[in-house]
Amino acid sequence: MDPEPPEDPEEFQKRLDALAPLIVDGAPYAVSLGFKIIEMTQRRAVMTTPYSEDLIGDPETGTLHGGVITALLDHCCGMAAFGGLGARHTPATLDLRIDYMRPAKPGCDITAEAHCLKSHGLVAFVRATAHDGDPEDPVAIAQAAFMISGASKAAHKRAMDAIRGGGE
Amino acid sequence: MSQVLLETLLATPFVSRIGVQLEQKGTELTGVLPFTDTLVGNPLIPALHGGAVGAFLEVVASASLLVSQPMARLPRPIDVAIDYLRPARAQDVYARAIVARSGRRVANVRVEAWQGRTEAPVATLHGHFLITPEGADSAS
Repeated sequence: MDPEPPEDPEEFQKRLDALAPLIVDGAPYAVSLGFKIIEMTQRRAVMTTPYSEDLIGDPETGTLHGGVITALLDHCCGMAAFGGLGARHTPATLDLRIDYMRPAKPGCDITAEAHCLKSHGLVAFVRATAHDGDPEDPVAIAQAAFMISGASKAAHKRAMDAIRGGGE
Repeated sequence: MSQVLLETLLATPFVSRIGVQLEQKGTELTGVLPFTDTLVGNPLIPALHGGAVGAFLEVVASASLLVSQPMARLPRPIDVAIDYLRPARAQDVYARAIVARSGRRVANVRVEAWQGRTEAPVATLHGHFLITPEGADSAS
């Protein structure tokens, strides 16, 4: 079992700053929706996605599809869990619950802010909100649990082996 | 059945962008999310993005409501709870929904998604949707 992040906060933040963008830019789905990291600390992640006519879910009103918010909240929660779990393995979503408080305003970018409430061993609990300008008036709130799965550990090992050995 | 709205749903920019298809046999509806590279969330596994699978489940939930009775508007999600049971691999995903309850305003829907075998679902969704059945007063 991985220990809690031991270290030296400076070293930890450095690793987070190096790895976090890879988990966004390396995910084709996140790239295709235009996700960007705004801020990333050990237990907190802030991400944004730009409004785009491509992502409309209700042609009558021009509001974004709920699925865009779902994806942003999932990814942002995952980033907070990644930090909370020590910033080594990318965790997988166990469950994600979202309340859609109101439709997002057409034309507005969406920002998600996630906090890792608790992490121990392989599991992390995260809470997040998504808003379209005013954090006090969220469009959606979410609660999620994440886990470092066998699949993600195996993938991490393959990637590290490939980097070290250039692949055998 | 709300055939016109079903087509509207599929033609919605986001839905057509992720490429959701619907196979309809009578009132039984199966959603298909054909695999494309842009749906991948973790290329190291590789696994589909949880947000892509979640969005797909939401679309299939909406579609199943449109098939279940005539509606005046597209359903709007109130809340959803998604359980991720297995990594969704780089393959097509299928999903089928059960409308547990459909009232005058709110419907309760469960959706299950699978890839290879229906007995091994990759994700399930349980959610409430705001609906506007045809003929009901459309509260604004």
